[in-house]
Amino acid sequence: MDAAVWAGIRQGFFSCLILAVLLPTAGRDCAAASFTDQFTPPEAHGFLEVRTGCRTQHDPHEKDASVMETRLQGELSTQTDWAQFKYKGDVWYDGILEQARYDTREAWTFLRPSDALDLKIGRQILTWGTGDLVFLNDLFPKDWQSFFIGRDAEYLKAPCDSAKASLFSDVLNVDVVFTPRFTSDRFITGEYVSYWNASQGRLVGDDHEMDFDKPDEWFTDAEHATRLYRNIGAYELAAYGYHGFWKNPGGVSASGEFIFPRLNVYGASIRGPIAGGIGNIEVAYYDSIEDSDGRDPNINNSEMRYLVGFAKEISRDFNGSVQYYVEQLLCYHDYRAVLEGGHPRDEYRHVLTVQLTKLLMNQNLELSLSGYWSPSDDDAYLRPKALYKWTDNITQEIGANVFFGARDDTMFGQYQANTNIYMSLRYSF
Amino acid sequence: MTITDKQGRIRKRQFNMLRRNDDSADREQKYFVYFVEPSDVRKMVFMVHKHVGADRDDDRWLYMPSLDLVKRIAASDKRTSFVGSDFLYEDISGRSPEEDVHELIGTTDAHYVMKNTPKDPDAVEFASYIARIDKTTFIPMEIEYFKADGRPYRIIKVLAVESVTAQENGKQVAYPTVVRSQARDLETGSQTDMEFSNVRYNSGLGDDLFTERYLRRAPSEVMQ
Repeated sequence: MDAAVWAGIRQGFFSCLILAVLLPTAGRDCAAASFTDQFTPPEAHGFLEVRTGCRTQHDPHEKDASVMETRLQGELSTQTDWAQFKYKGDVWYDGILEQARYDTREAWTFLRPSDALDLKIGRQILTWGTGDLVFLNDLFPKDWQSFFIGRDAEYLKAPCDSAKASLFSDVLNVDVVFTPRFTSDRFITGEYVSYWNASQGRLVGDDHEMDFDKPDEWFTDAEHATRLYRNIGAYELAAYGYHGFWKNPGGVSASGEFIFPRLNVYGASIRGPIAGGIGNIEVAYYDSIEDSDGRDPNINNSEMRYLVGFAKEISRDFNGSVQYYVEQLLCYHDYRAVLEGGHPRDEYRHVLTVQLTKLLMNQNLELSLSGYWSPSDDDAYLRPKALYKWTDNITQEIGANVFFGARDDTMFGQYQANTNIYMSLRYSF
Repeated sequence: MTITDKQGRIRKRQFNMLRRNDDSADREQKYFVYFVEPSDVRKMVFMVHKHVGADRDDDRWLYMPSLDLVKRIAASDKRTSFVGSDFLYEDISGRSPEEDVHELIGTTDAHYVMKNTPKDPDAVEFASYIARIDKTTFIPMEIEYFKADGRPYRIIKVLAVESVTAQENGKQVAYPTVVRSQARDLETGSQTDMEFSNVRYNSGLGDDLFTERYLRRAPSEVMQ
């Protein structure tokens, strides 16, 4: 009896010992196996696209071709229970620059560590605000070059290397975006599009690319953007704050180089249903802190920016929106008092925008027109486009960027010689 | 969803859809539609807060991931095509019974035959529709739409109904569910076949799923 008990205990003891030895090993094996098992099979997608376009008139400062590229976009994504991962990158041969180019569009990790918190860290595209192709409180980088030469609308938003934390509660939601190193807009430098160079007092292009000095110190030249928002019924309310720099060159240094002075922006918006459509109002105060009293002629003055918009379904599959946008230069008296020569800006810049979109043929054909008209600058910009889906994978697009202006130094007037038409063919997979 | 036009050209739409009813009378519904195919609309999200019978438009949003853009859609017309198919928005989410006058014009062994005439004929493209409603499940198995001259121009047919089991108040119940249906446009010769798989009910979707947070970052429920 005793012997049997002892035998049992001994056996039990050894079993335990063996288990104790085996378990960590098994555990480790499981952990190793389950680490890769955690990830869903990576999904790969993308497109191959050919895009060509040309100026409709001769521009002495640029090539006749406005865009000429063969582009491959690839996208890989996977996820686990605790995170999502995405990479998206473009490689293209740029016939205008006569070189192969590469750009990472997205490379991020997304985490949802708690019910009240989302984190997205890495290279990403960011957008907020209520404007339709007009940006007041959205100070995330834009790519105006791509927009004006007729690349897909996707490329108007440029990526930035940021960390975005989103906090959610019943009372208020908060987005905080930290960009450790300033990311400017991809602005017009003359590389693809000729422009009015104020310091030269003339139009210039790729023969005279812009000379600029961009803040690029990690953390010292960081950007902070915040949005507080909540919905009340069907109405979306938001308040915004930004601490960073003018996203386009906002001043000139003593040596004649374009610079990016510091800028703070504070604003608010509301969007919601009204009169059978969607209405939006957005305001922003641009505090040009390096020239707060407007006495420095070499640095942008502070501004107020106002936007009111209305969008409505005009008839079946036909949508329209109108916006009225105003930029008000603050300390205008001081600006005029210290300005020497050149073309003074108006105190108010008024812009009216119109967007029309019509879907036809089972929504496979999309006709659209975006228009900007500034009665104060006496200039305009039109973007007509026709997009046809031949199949679920093959899309063809034809469009134009048309600039008008009475003078060479206004926002759209300076681009008149860049008026272009373009065509693209895309295979998505 | 498979759309076949008159010439036999085929388009496919694949999406995952979440729906939450905010009341028991189907008046307040929320939809979250996450596109999987075709690739040019992949990961786009369409969200609707539907207000049936209320004197206000549905609220619609579209999220475009490549721009990180949340767009508010000003669509007041509920009888437009759903993503280019032959189904209309109202076919997906249901038309309020209060918008039509209903008459029982016949019965068969299996069906009630109802004629429905809109109270506001200017708001819709049809003059009337006839629905054949299954006597046991009360599902309209065939709906034929007529123009003012009495000509049929549109037919929706249910091709398959499955009984989907679910939990309701702790008890097991079975909901008869349309899993295959077809819409035909007799004028254009186009037709759309719609198939639903992995249907689940009462899965406890929270109200917060139908907000900007999840529009920007889809919930895992719809991403498989």
